[in-house]
Amino acid sequence: MQALTNKSIAVNRSPMTFWERLYLINIIKGMFITFSHMFKKQPTISYPEQKREFSPVFRGLHVLNRDEEGRENCTACGLCAVACPAEAITMEAAERQEGEEHLYKEEKYAAKYEINMLRCIFCGLCEEACPKDAIYLSETFAPANYTRKGFIYDKNDLLIPNTLTNASALAKAKGVEA
Amino acid sequence: MTLLAFDWAFVIEKLIVIAIIVFASLGIALYTTFGERKVAAILQDRPGPNRVGPFGLFQPLADGLKLIMKEEIIPNASSKWLFILGPGLAMTASLMTCAVIPWGTALHLFGRTIELQVADVNIGILYVFAVVSMGVYGIMIGGWASNNKFSLMSALRAASQAISYEIAMGLALIALLMTTGTLSLKTIVADQVAGHYWNVVYQPLGFLIFFICAMAECNRTPFDLPEAENELNFGYHQEYSSMKLGFYLFAEYVNMIMSSAIMASMYFGGYDLPFFDENTVAPNIAAMIGVGTLLIKIVLFIFLFMWIRWTIPRFRYDQLMNLGWKKMIPLALFNMLLTGALILSKL
Repeated sequence: MQALTNKSIAVNRSPMTFWERLYLINIIKGMFITFSHMFKKQPTISYPEQKREFSPVFRGLHVLNRDEEGRENCTACGLCAVACPAEAITMEAAERQEGEEHLYKEEKYAAKYEINMLRCIFCGLCEEACPKDAIYLSETFAPANYTRKGFIYDKNDLLIPNTLTNASALAKAKGVEA
Repeated sequence: MTLLAFDWAFVIEKLIVIAIIVFASLGIALYTTFGERKVAAILQDRPGPNRVGPFGLFQPLADGLKLIMKEEIIPNASSKWLFILGPGLAMTASLMTCAVIPWGTALHLFGRTIELQVADVNIGILYVFAVVSMGVYGIMIGGWASNNKFSLMSALRAASQAISYEIAMGLALIALLMTTGTLSLKTIVADQVAGHYWNVVYQPLGFLIFFICAMAECNRTPFDLPEAENELNFGYHQEYSSMKLGFYLFAEYVNMIMSSAIMASMYFGGYDLPFFDENTVAPNIAAMIGVGTLLIKIVLFIFLFMWIRWTIPRFRYDQLMNLGWKKMIPLALFNMLLTGALILSKL
């Protein structure tokens, strides 16, 4: 049979020479290889103190966005929930009342908005589906939790701090997350 | 009134020496476990344990505490007394070796001459041999008393391995004894201090055989078949938990230290610091330098053990037996004959 590639290398099955059978020399060779590894650079990143840089396209934990006046962008249209292949997003819509114009950008808003981070596969389809620039995937990941319930993130967890009223919190969040 | 005629100061002095040596050995063994993990890590491009204390230096203490705090399980089907006896015997046997190792020359304190050796037995090496072969009883009894097939298998392996390699070890020693003409470790070391060369120069092949056999006796890789994780689960200490397991693991490290000390004493001049005249400094300082030298030699040997462990894989069982019976024993016999012929030709 003809070989498909020329990359295969025949295994050397010739009987071992005396020095190879002695085994000692090969052990010493191997020991020098391991010894040379003592001086190699360790690729380890000591995690809590050092963190690996994420790439700018990293898809991490979701954030709910606000506009430049600090109002919530989300109108609870449900397109993200429809787009979600893991069915991790649930929401309930509510109508904006008189006097709430400074809180919500449009007449309809999400009264409840939950993402189950155990179901979420961080594909970013919600981000693509959103017509209002309301949901984005940030550059952090969901931290560990003791209960399953703890992984269901509601609006308080997802909404970014208000730019106008709480600028320092936003800066802090950005500093930690970026 | 015979009691009063007894030299009580001598007894106290010996007890103190024993206590210091035993606790020092245990302390070194404690940090050998740490060293093992660090060496393994560095040889594999990892940082190793570095979380507990500065540079992870308290890691062995944390490990020890963990072992003590764990629940102690004695299987229902085991023979209880033997099950408890096993780890104790392993530990005792490995610690008993340190009695004949000369850790240095004598200290002169409070008008007394304190020998830095528990007992200068004139059959020192024979004693070491007897104690080392007793060590396998700990493994045998533990493996058998566990009433577990894997443990039993591993105990059988350990016993046959120890027996096979003890023969070659003994033959290598006979060649050494032919050149030194004494069984007392103190005299052997003193001769090397006084003479020009260490015994390894006269007995290179003997040392190699002894080193390989010592590795087999300590159940170190590549001879760690008794605890082969992937075929025997965990070997003879499979059923053990808590500090009983700790004793077994610890005994291995104490064994390592003791065989390093024996090798250093017999082949590498013991407490002899090369190119240094002990008579130029005060005798007490010279003795302490000697102890330090021996400790450095022990550490180097332990590093060699670890280096080999993290370099080469385990032997197959038939390879182990082949090496022991068909290679090491004939080689040791040849070494013995060669030594005898050389001694005769010099006479």
